[in-house]
Amino acid sequence: MSARDLSAAAVDEVLSLLGGRDYRGVVVDSPPGAGKSELVVRAARELADAIEPLIVIAQTNNQVDDLVHRLAVATPALAIGRLSGHDYQPAPLVSQHAQVRVAQQVRDLGGCLVIMGTAAKWATVSEGYWRWAIVDEAYQMRSDMLLRIAPRFSHGLFVGDPGQLDPFTTVEVERWLGLTWDPMLSAVAVLLRNNPDLPVRRLPVSWRLPQSAAGVVAEAFYPFSGFVAGTAAGERRLEFTTRAFGSGAVDEAIELAAETGWALYEMPARQTIRTDAEAVAACASIAERALQRGMVARSERAPGGETVDPGRIAIGTAHRDQAQAIRARLGPLVARGVVVDTANRLQGREFDLTIVLHPLSGRRDATAFHLESGRLCVLTTRHRHACVVVARAGIPELLDAHPHSDPVHINVPAKFPDGWAANHAVMAHLANHKVRSR
Amino acid sequence: MSTVVALARAEAVSRGVAQPISTVRHLHIAGRPLVLVALTLAGEANAPLAAMVGDAPESGHLLVVNQPRNRDQRFAFAAELAHIVVGYIESFQADAGMVRAGGRGEERRRFTDAPQLFVPNPATAGFVRLLGRSTRFRRPTGEYAVDPAVPVLGRWLTFLAERTEVPGSCLLLAATQALALHWATGQSAVEDLNLAALMGWIDPPAGLTGEQAALAAEDPVTWPPAGPATDPTFDNEVLAPLITACSRPHRSPERQQVAVINLRNALRDQLTPTWKLMWRAIDLLRALPAGARVAGRWDSDKDAFTGYSEHLRDGGPPQPRRDSAVAAASRLNSLERTQASYAAQRAFDDPLVLAQYRLTGEAFGGVVTAAEPDRVDATGKRRKLRPLITVLTHDPFRIDQGTAVISPARPGQSARVVSVSGEAAAASVVLELAGGMGRALTAAPGSVPAIGERISYTTLTDSYQPRGSFPDRADTPWTHGGPPPVYVPTQDDVTEDWS
Repeated sequence: MSARDLSAAAVDEVLSLLGGRDYRGVVVDSPPGAGKSELVVRAARELADAIEPLIVIAQTNNQVDDLVHRLAVATPALAIGRLSGHDYQPAPLVSQHAQVRVAQQVRDLGGCLVIMGTAAKWATVSEGYWRWAIVDEAYQMRSDMLLRIAPRFSHGLFVGDPGQLDPFTTVEVERWLGLTWDPMLSAVAVLLRNNPDLPVRRLPVSWRLPQSAAGVVAEAFYPFSGFVAGTAAGERRLEFTTRAFGSGAVDEAIELAAETGWALYEMPARQTIRTDAEAVAACASIAERALQRGMVARSERAPGGETVDPGRIAIGTAHRDQAQAIRARLGPLVARGVVVDTANRLQGREFDLTIVLHPLSGRRDATAFHLESGRLCVLTTRHRHACVVVARAGIPELLDAHPHSDPVHINVPAKFPDGWAANHAVMAHLANHKVRSR
Repeated sequence: MSTVVALARAEAVSRGVAQPISTVRHLHIAGRPLVLVALTLAGEANAPLAAMVGDAPESGHLLVVNQPRNRDQRFAFAAELAHIVVGYIESFQADAGMVRAGGRGEERRRFTDAPQLFVPNPATAGFVRLLGRSTRFRRPTGEYAVDPAVPVLGRWLTFLAERTEVPGSCLLLAATQALALHWATGQSAVEDLNLAALMGWIDPPAGLTGEQAALAAEDPVTWPPAGPATDPTFDNEVLAPLITACSRPHRSPERQQVAVINLRNALRDQLTPTWKLMWRAIDLLRALPAGARVAGRWDSDKDAFTGYSEHLRDGGPPQPRRDSAVAAASRLNSLERTQASYAAQRAFDDPLVLAQYRLTGEAFGGVVTAAEPDRVDATGKRRKLRPLITVLTHDPFRIDQGTAVISPARPGQSARVVSVSGEAAAASVVLELAGGMGRALTAAPGSVPAIGERISYTTLTDSYQPRGSFPDRADTPWTHGGPPPVYVPTQDDVTEDWS
């Protein structure tokens, strides 16, 4: 079966499960770029066609706007409600569609078969009851948020990427560990622990990740489910319109990444503060150089090739201050569109080329935060073509020096993938794509 | 560990004495705290062995369990402790006043002071929590009846232990945590859990450096562990023979009495050094000036104390074994809001805490180089007073344009970052001010920072966050397992194991 057929069969199965009504909920696990939004839009269409009133819940305003736009394009006759907070300014993506009504109250959206909003907004809605809810990015929603919204609907479709970052909390409290309704867990984790018989389906094809990334990402972060790339080897290519004079390590790294999909730009081992000035400079100069060299991306979308403009390049970090330091270093390129942000904020986004400041680079220890598999997974799965990882040497040794020391708690299921093993798997792969800085 | 704390630790090593990491005290220290030092029997889960408890240095009551494996003696210990602890707590229920609640002139009762339990370390706070768990479901009547004070003790200990999860609460304090909040030592955070070593760094005896004092504190003969775990050599060499002697059957009452006295004396010797350290720690903390917002947080502690007193007075049930889905979510919501406000309050109260945020780019400080105190924004429907000031900062400036910031010196006034110019090491930040300047279109004198004034701003905010709305317990949705069963006291409550 081709990738397209595999994917279509998985989506059809999910939709028939929804139509069957045998379950109160269906969970769909989706690897990065597997057409999650298309699934949400198709499910919303099918339910709306069957005149089932439904609500759609996403995590951020951008995600909601994107879904509103996609659904509006797919079903021009459908009346869509956009539930919003009081400080929301409708994005052009939303206001261009006459069929979309924006309001702060559900009662002002009468006649809309589909109402979409963020989880935070839905949590404040205290009236109304819908037969269906579609929850997007459900693994990034905390279960206490689901608790506030769940009284509003009887059946749910929960779609999300289990490999990405878990929701977090600012308080350190252990009192709920082991409870099936631990409010710090993700919505899907709580849903499945309280309703273990709900069907879980997987989308098997990543349309975003190139062939070069699908294998290593699937092995490191999706060890049990796996997935394949939707494009064949060689279908995605990065080319340069200029040649490098001399050959610096930065150029070497960019060229290696263009050729193989990966590069590890390795700096000498050193313990540094979080905003390691050399690593920050390296991230910035790789982005600058990639633009100076005039990259052209060829893919199934643009077989003739299209220029990689600044908006198609992202730099990902673990911490906010690192992102801010890189932004300051990049200067005017940020204004031209290069995205620099933390893993949390890059979730759900897609670029041609990503540059990753490795969370463990220059560190003296490996904390649970820096080992979290979701963080590395988000950072290494944002690209359609290539990913350059910037790091200080010595990360495998650092990992070996910091084996697991987290306590094991009763009635808490072991978490997979394990961040420590995932980090090792990625580093082992990158070892073959190493460029040393000089 | 923030850079400021890391630096302070390095300086502590080179100077041989702990370094302050705060300029004010961030905790309330009660006028009459109740100090509790407790020991448990090794190998048994939370089996009390001995405790020293009291509200003044000279009035430490020694409580000893002659045979910690005996269930009846455990409850006798709980009863004895209950009379002291509950008596102490109830002494704060005599005096109450009315305070304003909400904006509409409503009033609420609040006790004028609240109890404060002081324990040596987080492990003892854990002992308190488990002791509360072991005793709060017991009943004073029927089978396995216990002293009526025991379930009351259990509920109060549980209340205090649960309150430690609330950031900034001071009803139950662990001395090592309280000290580590204000001083950085030249040892690791794990070593800081040893009260004697920590006190050695902070307040070394004359002639010793902090490091030497901390090293001396590692000798379990002169500095027995602060509990609840005992020293294993003491267990084997001293404690085991004494307990055996106390429990030997068929002996004369005189010899039995001698054995009990010997056990008491041995345990008193184990507890007394820590007991004295605790009062020295309290004195050290008390000597620090309190932060401006400490009293406000203590008021919330008093509210919580008043609320639970009323709950007990009205015959409310003991705290449940586990939080229901709704209770857990609503509690997390409240803890998160308190955490945010506690972090902001500490930074507002203390320039050294603010310095940590300045280094991570969540705050900046500098000198006002230009000011337009009378600038009026006329673009909207109404003309609004929106002064502009320019602050020259040498901090690493990492705040995005448009972000709202607040100055600890003017918490009622908000500022918005309009633009940033200059280089990274010396950035000129233009801020637009709103609020806190009076109602007229000209700013009240002194309300706008003047040229030359040193000022700092941070993105942290202590502003009111509304609490989230949650479904009723009876409406717990199917996603969370549906409505939980209602608690009904059963026979299991009184027959369940101690721990």
